[in-house]
Amino acid sequence: MIRLENVSKTYKGGTSPALNNVSLDIQRGDFVFLVGSSGSGKSSMLRIMMREEKVDSGLALVLGENLTRISSSRVAQLRRKLGVVFQDFRLLPNKTVFQNVAFALQVIGRSKAFIETAVPDVLRLVGLEEKSSRYPRELSGGEQQRVAIARALVNRPDVLLADEPTGNLDPATSVEIMNLLDRINLSGTTVVMATHDRSIVDRMQKRVVEVKNGEIVRDAQTAGYKEIPSAEITTITTTTWAISESVEDQE
Amino acid sequence: MRIGLILQEMWAGIRSNITMVVSIILVAFVSLTFVGVTMLLQAQVGLMNSYWAKNAQVAIYLCTDYSPETACPTGIATDGEKAAVKAQLDSAAVSPYVESYAFEDQAQAYEKFVAEFGATGTAQYITADQLNEAFWVNLKDPNQSDLLVESFSGLGGVEEVRDQRSYLDGIFAFLNAASLMGAGVAAVMLLSATLLISTTIRLSAISRSREIGIMRLVGASRFSIQLPFILEGVVAAAIGGLLSVGATLAIVKYFVADFLATSLAFTSFVGIDDALRIAPYLIGIGIGLAVLSSAISIRRYLKA
Ligand SMILES: Nc1ncnc2c1ncn2[C@@H]1O[C@H](COP(=O)(O)OP(=O)(O)OP(=O)(O)O)[C@@H](O)[C@H]1O
Ligand SMILES: [Mg+2]
Repeated sequence: MIRLENVSKTYKGGTSPALNNVSLDIQRGDFVFLVGSSGSGKSSMLRIMMREEKVDSGLALVLGENLTRISSSRVAQLRRKLGVVFQDFRLLPNKTVFQNVAFALQVIGRSKAFIETAVPDVLRLVGLEEKSSRYPRELSGGEQQRVAIARALVNRPDVLLADEPTGNLDPATSVEIMNLLDRINLSGTTVVMATHDRSIVDRMQKRVVEVKNGEIVRDAQTAGYKEIPSAEITTITTTTWAISESVEDQE
Repeated sequence: MRIGLILQEMWAGIRSNITMVVSIILVAFVSLTFVGVTMLLQAQVGLMNSYWAKNAQVAIYLCTDYSPETACPTGIATDGEKAAVKAQLDSAAVSPYVESYAFEDQAQAYEKFVAEFGATGTAQYITADQLNEAFWVNLKDPNQSDLLVESFSGLGGVEEVRDQRSYLDGIFAFLNAASLMGAGVAAVMLLSATLLISTTIRLSAISRSREIGIMRLVGASRFSIQLPFILEGVVAAAIGGLLSVGATLAIVKYFVADFLATSLAFTSFVGIDDALRIAPYLIGIGIGLAVLSSAISIRRYLKA
């Protein structure tokens, strides 16, 4: 699904490489956390996967496309199969929730009929069907991020790339978003998520790739941020589920 | 991306940038009007050239009683001198160059004078014997008038040999100088229109960088991302082009047709049809420049 082989990347003007000889293989249906301290290279990896940046050397394969040599029209086609979400939501302030999600389909030429069914569907999935005619400024941060996720998902991508999607959210809201991403992953979408939030990583028990100074220092299947006693994991997960359910009840 | 959405995006761009768009329209309007006027001047030069190539004659003016002594020391041309001029026109040396010629006596010259200037004006103070008798010569090649000037100037009874076109030299020089100046101003103005368009498109792109970012991320094609911006410049330049078409039509109608053509009867003038003929060029130049400058600037901005 996604494969990086010996990928290196140094930004223009950068002294040390942002990524140094990184290799990574992500299978269909995986849920992968990218963790590491600030500046370690998490966003750079995601930007390479969505072909916002080019690699200096090495091989980047995403959904069967070789990103080192791909025409710009193929990049556009590839991005239609990738959903992306960022920390700052990136919604259009002058468009409603519905229009924000529909915009992603309109600009790739989807038909009105498709938009009329796909947008309400995905808004129902993220639990915002009631608020489809609200503007972003009338929504909480968590709701705005759910709109952004809806927009990323509305064209049914194979992969969802999320760069610190909970970075601007409080813990309870973060849990909501993580539950949503988990559900999306269970329905078959591959999810790659960069995060700082160790409690989330510990709780979710997914594959963790740790980056440090542009190198992968750990790649652990179903592990927490740090090795922690399994008893503790259980308590954390149960409490989070409790929180998330109580949040959902309030709506 | 659908046409409706592209137009909607274009309109959003124009609205958020309205003062810049208005200035594009104005600069395009003025520069294309200069282009139009220059083209009309050149059309006028061409028109006069072909009009006078067909109609220009060389006049061999014969001496009158009133002719200056230097040209006509023996006074009025005698019948013998007239016959000598006619013989020279028919001679083997000159006749191959002559298409036709006609003799005009003083009565005919007076009639022509009255017809041209009216019986009530200067004609009241002019009598027929003050006007020259003349041979009016049509040359096969109107550029060879020097030949006639040379062979007739010294002849007895001839006051002056004159190519009618020599009266127009000054006018041609003026029209050509005006065209050159118009072309110069047009070039500078078109350059500033081009720069203005690329700046405006860049500002427009910056003010909508969020939309552009989202469009790129969700996989909109490069063409559909760029098209609204290019159209924004094109629409502004096309409006300027239309205004310049209106301006050139107005100049031709109110200045040339209603004023020049009625007060100066010595040649034909460019008309509405000429102005309509250059209209597509004006709009085409405007649109072409807009496509070029906005495409280059948006491409450069989106690459960065
Ligand atoms: N556009 C850029 N130009 C130059 N250097 C950059 C650019 N983007 C990132 N870098 C550098 O590359 C390195 C990796 O940055 P990156 O954004 O990938 O880190 P990150 O792990 O996402 O950090 P954070 O957790 O703070 O988001 C950093 O040293 C950063 O300064
Ligand atoms: Mg980052």
